[in-house]
Amino acid sequence: MAERYSSFNSNGSLWLIQRITAAFLVIVLAFHFFLLHFVNHASEITFAGSQYRMGTLSYYSLMVLFLITATFHGVNGVYNGLTNQGLEGTQKTVVKWVLVVASALLIFQGIRTANAFAGIALF
Amino acid sequence: MSQSYNRGLVEDFGRWREFTAGMWAWIFHKFTGWVLIGYLFTHIAVLSTSTIGGGVYTETLQSLESLFIVRVLEVGLLSVAVFHILNGVRLLMVDLGVGLESQDKSFYAALIVTGLIAIASVPTFIEGVF
Repeated sequence: MAERYSSFNSNGSLWLIQRITAAFLVIVLAFHFFLLHFVNHASEITFAGSQYRMGTLSYYSLMVLFLITATFHGVNGVYNGLTNQGLEGTQKTVVKWVLVVASALLIFQGIRTANAFAGIALF
Repeated sequence: MSQSYNRGLVEDFGRWREFTAGMWAWIFHKFTGWVLIGYLFTHIAVLSTSTIGGGVYTETLQSLESLFIVRVLEVGLLSVAVFHILNGVRLLMVDLGVGLESQDKSFYAALIVTGLIAIASVPTFIEGVF
């Protein structure tokens, strides 16, 4: 019988989180695209419209969760891809931390943006 | 007993010449993944204009949406997202060992459904640009 052939460590928690975020993103990405391109047309989007949507706690929290899961899934996917290409040692550590910092900045800026829509003056 | 031998890199881009469905599914999944993470960073950068002011945000988005090329890129983005979602579900099934015998067919099905959704979305994306 052929051996299953995968480079993923299927016992790793990152592997599991990558799958869980994938399942979440399947639903939320489809919802996001449908809402902002087919229900509301992107060409008609105004600050007032985005402000209205972000003013709802459920939408705001869904979008923040969407941002965090998408960032994790995407950046971890990039990291896995590079690892599978043979990245190792110091280079691997450097790439890991660059990706961690990029993710943190993206999430920080994404929340600032959501706050600007929602009228939250936290940061 | 199975023999052990050096198979080289598990995920070697040079293997695209093999023309197997699994290889292409892997290449397309990587490509669409890179596009989506690249887009996420760009998307937040564009939406960040809301931190400058409501007028700047509205003007930026509407200026971008008035460009035909942006509408074409949006159809491309939808295609990339749909394929990544469908192939991602397929990968999850493969990981779980469900439908392994049909993994070629499910790849072709993902491509066909992506194509159909992309074509069906064109009128919506192009609306009002001319």
